[in-house]
Amino acid sequence: MSNFWIHPALILILGALLLPLVPKQLKRAYLLLIPVLVFLRVLTLTKGTFGVVTILGWHLTFGRVDQLSLIFGYIMSLMCILSTLYGLHVKEDVQHIAAWIYVSGSIGAIFAGDYITLFIFLEAMAFSSVFLIWFRRRRESLPAGYRYLLVHTTGGLILLAGMIIHHQQVGNWDFVQLNVHHPTAAVYLIMIGFMVNAAVPPLHAWLPDAYGEATFNGSVFLCAFTTKTAVYSLCRSLAGMQILLILGVIMALYGVVYAVLENDCRRLLGYHIISQVGYMVAGVGLGTQMAINGACAHAFAHILYKGLLFMGTGAVLYKTGESKFTGLGGLWKKMPWTFVFTLVGGLSISAFPFFSGFVSKSMVVDAGFASHKLWAGYLLLLAASGTFLHTGLKVPYFIWFGKNQRKPEVWNRAGEPPWNMNLAMAAMAFLCIFIGCYTPYLYHMLPYPQVAQQFHPYTAYHITQTLLILLFTGVGFFVLLKKLKPEPTISLDFDWFYRMGGRAFRWLARKPVQLTDTFVGELYRYVGLIPLMFTARFAGLVDNDVIDALVDGLAGGIRNIGRRLRSAQRGQMQQNLAFAFGAAAVLIVAFILYSTR
Amino acid sequence: MKLVKLIEYLRNHLKAVVRICLVLLALLVLFDAIPALVDKKDASTHIEALPGFWALFGFVGCALLIIVSKWLGHAGVMQREDYYDE
Repeated sequence: MSNFWIHPALILILGALLLPLVPKQLKRAYLLLIPVLVFLRVLTLTKGTFGVVTILGWHLTFGRVDQLSLIFGYIMSLMCILSTLYGLHVKEDVQHIAAWIYVSGSIGAIFAGDYITLFIFLEAMAFSSVFLIWFRRRRESLPAGYRYLLVHTTGGLILLAGMIIHHQQVGNWDFVQLNVHHPTAAVYLIMIGFMVNAAVPPLHAWLPDAYGEATFNGSVFLCAFTTKTAVYSLCRSLAGMQILLILGVIMALYGVVYAVLENDCRRLLGYHIISQVGYMVAGVGLGTQMAINGACAHAFAHILYKGLLFMGTGAVLYKTGESKFTGLGGLWKKMPWTFVFTLVGGLSISAFPFFSGFVSKSMVVDAGFASHKLWAGYLLLLAASGTFLHTGLKVPYFIWFGKNQRKPEVWNRAGEPPWNMNLAMAAMAFLCIFIGCYTPYLYHMLPYPQVAQQFHPYTAYHITQTLLILLFTGVGFFVLLKKLKPEPTISLDFDWFYRMGGRAFRWLARKPVQLTDTFVGELYRYVGLIPLMFTARFAGLVDNDVIDALVDGLAGGIRNIGRRLRSAQRGQMQQNLAFAFGAAAVLIVAFILYSTR
Repeated sequence: MKLVKLIEYLRNHLKAVVRICLVLLALLVLFDAIPALVDKKDASTHIEALPGFWALFGFVGCALLIIVSKWLGHAGVMQREDYYDE
């Protein structure tokens, strides 16, 4: 089946590599054209297996197109258009190139049919996305990028170890559902590898660290692709893995707790990614058809509303240069449309009726209740309350209203962002509302469409339940507003271990290792260097008196032979050659005669 | 800018806006409590079907989250911004 088949990721990679050659006048059109072509290519994909390549006796599948990969491919390529539109005015080509290669890694991973292909594309994602952090060019950006890269490389190695052991056990690299009922060590290793990418605690601290530090449009890309590619991988291979349900519920609440403490709006949104991905991971852990539908639907909706939220806060950062609540406030007069768009994102993530989160989140929660995991259902609803508390209320309130603590230059710089950023946000806001209002659009794309069609989110009970939880959360917010006042602090998280671990390592390198090094150096001096010098002196004597004499004698001899030979020279080259060939011929004839005798 | 004027208008009449919201909330609780309007056969447990259960759930849940998180934060999770600086 490895006929001519254009991989959507290939269009994007080639498009990225050709970008520097495009003339300035055509650049903006080109920046929009390539993602649109990728999206159209995904739309025209037919189901089946394509792009099978045999290398070293392994069959690598680049194009496994089925219902599950299609929905993720669809939303990833759609998101690529909107994120590129959002950052359209960025002049630096390399930023677009890094972002596009990152997206193509994600699309490649989604259509990969085997672990090797998956692994290669996942690594491409990690190594290209780090540039989206470094291009912020702050003093903190460089170490943050390195931390991000180190965590992802470690995660990649754990996944690789799992893959290899798995290959030993089953004899193929096929990326399919694993045996989750009797998991082997390989299954756990693969799961941990995916967990790093999905930011499941305690392997999550890289996420707020990196997404809070990336460029204003880099975070829009970052928030969509890494964690959702991991959710896809989990749906594909680990549906029904019990422990993921527990981890997912912990995630959902963990993100909410840290969001209370967070002072940086983009780090807060990072913690809410962890919280929302928790619903998806819990869905994978439940593993029923409805739960997997829920995980995919929520990933789809999440990419749009979280992208919108990062666009809104990114616009604030872009215009004012500030992302901390303690440095913002009262911006409604200057950035009203950004406020409205961010609010739509906030209402969508909070799962208000007629917004996208409502039709996706409830699927996971209902799947929990349907599987008689009441504790999971209630705790996920509690996390939903926390989601509205922060993203629906805290973020808009402390940026656009609240007590003004901002500096005058923040106020002076504030204003509506460029048209392309506004247009991207408007398109995202429209999609968030469209998905919430017209459910068949999303539900037809889910992995089990028949099951999805039997799910009706808009029942009277469901609507009043959601509204009561959310609106009374709002009451709680305003009652406890004083307690929620942002504080200029940072929150310690699991990154403490590797940040301080790194420091301990450097101390180790400075103090004990350096001492040992000096000691060994001294030891060498006494034990090695002094005897060595002695031997060298002796060798020098031998060299001078014995070897040199020998060599000189030999050279003298050769010179004498040469002098005599020169007198035998007869002058012309041809004669010399003829003489030499003649001598050789005589020798050969003599040799033949001698040997045949 | 019409949008700014709207927000300004709402802010200038904040008391009225709050009152209207509170009335709407009360109406919603009432609406939810009438079995003829909201069929609670989908409720997973009996407690859920009690009037105002989800309102209480939302309010108490939100308060708990804020108080527990802030307590954790002040117990050592929140640190100075230059904590990691050397």
